[in-house]
Amino acid sequence: MTAMVSLEGLTYRYPGADEPALRDVTLEIEPGELVLLAGASGSGKSTLLRIACGLVPHVHGGEVSGRAEVAGMDVREHGPGELAANVGTLLQDPETQIVMGTVRAEIAFPLENRGESPASVARGVEEAALALGVAALLDRPTHELSGGELQRVALAAALAGRPALAVLDEPTSQLDPVAGDELLSLLRRLNEQWDTAILLADHRLDRALPAADRVLALAGGAIAFDGPPAEFLAWAAGAAPELLPPAAQLFADAGLRPLPADVKAARAALRAHGLLEGREGAARPAPEARPSRRKRGATPALRLRGVWQEFSGGAAALRAVDLVVAPGERVALMGRNGAGKSTLLRVAKGLLAPTRGRVELAGPMALLLQHPGDYFLRDRIGDDAAPAVLDAAGLAERADRHPRDLSGGERQRLALALVAAGAAPGDPAPAVVGLDEPTRGMDHARRDALAAELRELAARGAAAIVATHDAELAAAFATRVVLLGDGTVAADGAPTEVLAGGWYFSTETARILGGAGGALKPEPGAALLRERLSLTEEVPT
Amino acid sequence: MMYRRAASPLHAARAAAGSAYCAALAAVALIADHPVMLAAVLVAEVCAALAAGAGRQLRRAALLTAPFALAIAVINPIVTRDGLTVIARGGQVPWLGNLDITLEATAYGGVLALRAVALVFAGALYASAVDPDEVLRLFRRVSFRSALTAALATRMVPVLARDAGRLAEAQRCRPGGTAPRLAVVRATATNALDRAIDVAATLELRGYGSARRAPRARRPWSRHDLAFAAAAVALVALAVAGELTGATHFEAYPRLEAATAPGLIGFAVAMVACALAPFVDRRGVSR
Repeated sequence: MTAMVSLEGLTYRYPGADEPALRDVTLEIEPGELVLLAGASGSGKSTLLRIACGLVPHVHGGEVSGRAEVAGMDVREHGPGELAANVGTLLQDPETQIVMGTVRAEIAFPLENRGESPASVARGVEEAALALGVAALLDRPTHELSGGELQRVALAAALAGRPALAVLDEPTSQLDPVAGDELLSLLRRLNEQWDTAILLADHRLDRALPAADRVLALAGGAIAFDGPPAEFLAWAAGAAPELLPPAAQLFADAGLRPLPADVKAARAALRAHGLLEGREGAARPAPEARPSRRKRGATPALRLRGVWQEFSGGAAALRAVDLVVAPGERVALMGRNGAGKSTLLRVAKGLLAPTRGRVELAGPMALLLQHPGDYFLRDRIGDDAAPAVLDAAGLAERADRHPRDLSGGERQRLALALVAAGAAPGDPAPAVVGLDEPTRGMDHARRDALAAELRELAARGAAAIVATHDAELAAAFATRVVLLGDGTVAADGAPTEVLAGGWYFSTETARILGGAGGALKPEPGAALLRERLSLTEEVPT
Repeated sequence: MMYRRAASPLHAARAAAGSAYCAALAAVALIADHPVMLAAVLVAEVCAALAAGAGRQLRRAALLTAPFALAIAVINPIVTRDGLTVIARGGQVPWLGNLDITLEATAYGGVLALRAVALVFAGALYASAVDPDEVLRLFRRVSFRSALTAALATRMVPVLARDAGRLAEAQRCRPGGTAPRLAVVRATATNALDRAIDVAATLELRGYGSARRAPRARRPWSRHDLAFAAAAVALVALAVAGELTGATHFEAYPRLEAATAPGLIGFAVAMVACALAPFVDRRGVSR
């Protein structure tokens, strides 16, 4: 059988780079394999995906040595256009991958390019739209879509032709937990029923690992591990603990073996050890949503009174939202795609005027939108950010560099420091700092660092409000979780109340332990398990 | 200035006919020198935009173009030394030399300004009423490089417009801050090359320009396709005929020479009538 991807001694260096992005990579991916790429940011995952779809070297240039074949074609001789007959690709930023004016045209485009008949194109569009849940969007203009919708449409376009190989870079980064799980089920179905080989990079290993047949871990551009998921977990526990998903980390911290790949395996193991009580894991009622009256007497940093946001000719994104956020409070704004999270932040900042209701701010509000690069207009970082801001971001020595020279994490850190600083030296710092989906494409280490930065901002008195799908981030930084549903506040409470009892909006640790002891993260969860283990050992058998 | 689907005869016409119609309006603006003819083109474009529901886009285009048109009208008489009828004597000016203002240069400055506005309006009408996706399909059957160039030209306007909107919004999110519009435009233009590479890469990833030729979709010519194609031919024919017969003759230098009524008025009225005739029939305009 011909391998879908065959690399032998492949080394690649981007133009002008000192170090190669990939070093001596040798691997084969067979048809029907679902391969998960793991590794920290900058480890070479995206470059490997770009080799597989032909963008490297045809678009990026650079130096390639060794052999690289995809679907039997040498990628140095055959460009992305030729490989597209066999390869469907979704890269990290969906906004750069939408080229047509309507969703229907976008999904039809690759099929038309393959020379398929109009009937075949129409069928392919319908099937891809149904599979990706974008059937209702088919006639919408693409410039009106949200980030999550764009991602699903770009993915539908990549998969519409049922490619022999799907190359996917962070395909769930902008999707809510439900849509993310559905997407992975779809990929599994494509993989099982059509023998589609899938090469997938995703920082959310907790979500992707159970679906994978094989894991490739990259470090410094080289393959550090290649094997099945269970072996990967055992390897990562010793060699790269930062790659462990929360369930495995929980077990590793508690001293339990083997490490589980998902919630089901974890619960089964705990039950076998007698560490899980009967009803743990049953859904708990979410705390009632009511207008918060926190810190009575103190001036709130942000108050929304009966705010409506109704788009002309469209739906109501916010419906009579009442919300009070106190200074120093750390709020995670959660909800599915389209629930109104981004709209709420935009209304609070004043980018959108509410159609009804009032927004009151105690001081200036800073808002970090989804593209940190948009905050830099000039060719030199130092021209956009004052020295104090560069210091705060730890980038003082890079003032002369171009913003594009920064890594994604550095760009976000600098943009956050930029918006969090006052307008001018001596000006008051913002009363509210909002962030819209800051963790897309972010590895665990960077996510933890962001949580620390948010805690620090709040300690200085700013209210921090983060719209996110990432329950792990919410558990790491928030003192309060507001769950939006269909433009209204569906639940509002402490993270231990909101994130412990949900099916989707909860951390993996909480789903395993059923929220017992208020444990949302692996560390307190492991402490709880160790306590139960010690009790179990004391019971005479 | 972005394409938005609307129920109008121009939107209902196939991209080839719509493009030809807009190109014909631009061609008339280039062929005709007579201010009356250029004014007729402008009237035709404004009425066509209103009939196509693109009045707001045209207004934005007008606001953007007005300073440039004014600059052309002012600068031409200052820098042009042709023309025999001096209407103002500026004497010798360092660097510029003799600064006499002539009637001919002033009139031709006005003609150039009108032409610039007419060309921008034709482009605005195209951008707001001709489906870029269809244009992309149209060019797919040509060679890859020309198709890619055309596709990039078609896609880059909405992509850069979206980028500019995002950049401006991000600047408003900084405390105390809005950035000067010029800085946003400059940053958008600086990023244009990167964005063009992104769009080109995505087109390739979706198999655009691959060896396989897409089958031609058999779509019967609708009444609107025929009407706009016929109007395009008629507009160019009228402009050429006007110049050949001398009915729309206009010569700025050395002394103003311009055709006058009734032939000129006849051509101008015919021009407007031809341009607007396809909008009369509104049957079957929604898609």
